Amino acid sequence: MSSTRTDSVNPTRSYPHFLWWGLGEATNGGILFYVWMFVLTAISLVGANAWANQVAQGMIVTGMTDHVSWGLYIANFTFCVGLAAGGVMMVIPAYLYDDEEMHKVVIIGEAVAIAAIVMSTLSVVVDLGRPDRFWHLLPIIGRVNWPMSMLTWDVIVLNGYLLINLHIVGYLLYMRFLGRKPNPAWYVPFVFLSIIWAISIHTVTAFLYCGLGGRPFWNTALLAPRFLASAFVSGPAFIILVMRVLRITTGYSAPPGPARTLIQIIRVAMTINLIMLASELFTLFYAGGAHAASAQYLFFGSHGHHGLVPWIWTAIVCNLVGTVLFFMPAALERGGIRIAACVLCIVGIWIEKGMGLIIPGFIPSTLHEIVEYTPSLVEWKVTAGIWAFGFLLLTVLLKLIAKVFAGDHVTG
Amino acid sequence: MNNDDVPADKPRGTSGPLLPILNQPSTRRTALKVAGAALGLAAFGQAISPLWSIPENISVDEFLQRHYKELSDDDKQRIFRRLEAETKQELGIEVTIFDPPPIPGVRFGYAINLSKCNGNGKCMEACNKENNHHRGVDQSYIRVLEMPKGSMDMEQGNTTYDHAVPQDDKFYMPVQCQQCENPPCVSACPVEATWREDDGIVVVDYNWCIGCRYCEAACPYHARRFNWEEPEIPADEVNPNQGYLSNRIRPQGTMEKCHFCLHRTREGRLPACLEACPTGARVFGDLNDPESDINWVLKNKRVFVLKEELGTRPNFFYFFDS
Repeated sequence: MSSTRTDSVNPTRSYPHFLWWGLGEATNGGILFYVWMFVLTAISLVGANAWANQVAQGMIVTGMTDHVSWGLYIANFTFCVGLAAGGVMMVIPAYLYDDEEMHKVVIIGEAVAIAAIVMSTLSVVVDLGRPDRFWHLLPIIGRVNWPMSMLTWDVIVLNGYLLINLHIVGYLLYMRFLGRKPNPAWYVPFVFLSIIWAISIHTVTAFLYCGLGGRPFWNTALLAPRFLASAFVSGPAFIILVMRVLRITTGYSAPPGPARTLIQIIRVAMTINLIMLASELFTLFYAGGAHAASAQYLFFGSHGHHGLVPWIWTAIVCNLVGTVLFFMPAALERGGIRIAACVLCIVGIWIEKGMGLIIPGFIPSTLHEIVEYTPSLVEWKVTAGIWAFGFLLLTVLLKLIAKVFAGDHVTG
Repeated sequence: MNNDDVPADKPRGTSGPLLPILNQPSTRRTALKVAGAALGLAAFGQAISPLWSIPENISVDEFLQRHYKELSDDDKQRIFRRLEAETKQELGIEVTIFDPPPIPGVRFGYAINLSKCNGNGKCMEACNKENNHHRGVDQSYIRVLEMPKGSMDMEQGNTTYDHAVPQDDKFYMPVQCQQCENPPCVSACPVEATWREDDGIVVVDYNWCIGCRYCEAACPYHARRFNWEEPEIPADEVNPNQGYLSNRIRPQGTMEKCHFCLHRTREGRLPACLEACPTGARVFGDLNDPESDINWVLKNKRVFVLKEELGTRPNFFYFFDS
């Protein structure tokens, strides 16, 4: 397609021009597409409205208290960072192992990473009591506590990862749009940087919690490895689902190889995740004592409080059944088993990392009081809004990718 | 995709600097997209309309205010006057905001005699009044644990007891900010909105805190409090003697904590909780002064600190009489 094009060097086809064109193309579609976009926009607006009310009235409208001072927002943040990091499991086979087929679809993983990072950032912003002071977090004009605060590190690595992925995806699509061959010097170094960076975002996010000596449930060196292992399940599982949806809606058919590679990765990562979970639970329950108090509350309830018990057992069942399904030979083929396995593991890990990890870190409190937490309607609305906005962004990105890769922008 | 109902685009690139949307046939679809975008923006404006109350409550000066340590003396005076005027406007009362600096060479310490404390809770009441706490929830910087005799395990404790004290089989342990030498909350804060002053008191810049509550997660002593809503205090109950880094009325959405009543103690007075304590269980003073009461306790009693294994090195001590 590139050899016959004479306008490929036309200077008017600038990057902003490309973005504007892309926005136009990505918002073209059939009736189902518009219904999908309308519903997502509506949910996003409900979330925006709930958040605006929260800012105006104060965080009293959430279910959080001085005892459980982080809730659904930070739980969801943790999961979304994992989703973003999980995309790297396409990048590694594609670039480190030169998997040709994976190379063709790796950009989907990068698009998922972009949307997931935006969702993570939004989840932190909505958790701030004073979002009007967000600029205090910015280098130079604000005053950042670097290198001591892990939250400062997290802001840096998350924004860095977003920029790296925006550059890689933007550059590759732009070159294809122009009909030029991408120059490896302009993106391959960033791809390798993104591999290290993906691991760093989830490690730093784990350090945010495990660095706190006063929270014994989080204060374990296993936390970062567990985060990575579960991210390498939830990320690839999510990407498999995205590829399936793309196949149904746009006919953009990925070769069968990449999904199989991802499932092999999930099998290993989920097994490691479960082993580490078992090891954690053994250490907590066999030794017992105050360190096991949160785990006791989480799994079995404590002093008559059982708020998180249904959550964690749902997660355990989802994860175990999902893992068994992933190990079935049928999971390597397209079909219901694979989809069910992906959905189960995504749900299981969302709970395990959120309601099953962030919340019990606060229960019992540091003075051993048990105050339970249930997310309020406002928190659910805001979280749904963030997911809807993330899907909106992902849809636009994937439409653009499908359009550019189909090459039909050349001939119209 | 699926744009078969739209005439195919003409090949572009030779059409000069026009925006691409102008090159497209002006179809119904384009018009609908513009209408949809306009509608979406209008709906977004409506959705976030509760935010329009913010400019009324936050002045430009407040929004642009720098970190405490970057303020000149003139800046501070201007800010104090602004805050005083705001209180006057909202509650119709005169308050004085001032900012006593740490006394050179002084390092404050606090000790509690667990043999004397009987759990009457006067310290919590005094804290609530002195520090202009939100009245709705009986906020205070102190929590008193009722513990069964025969254990030092806080898991056996209870802070919500509501019966006559002291109970024969119980002892009582008040916990507040331990003013650690190595405070995890200060390391955690992403914007340096909380720090340790030269006299050992950990303070918060209420106008710099972004309300992320990471410090609250980091504190092993449950010493930090968040302003989940605008604090409400009846005008006639406001303590008008207000330290900028201590007991002034806090803004919604920011963190606060015990500051050893620095607006009193840096002026040579004692903390409100100590003055209110009817049992004489509380001892406060300068750790650097060998003649101080607190040093007498450290030298003559066997003292301990809470959660010593965490390495936070509290300046808050507990002891028993016998």
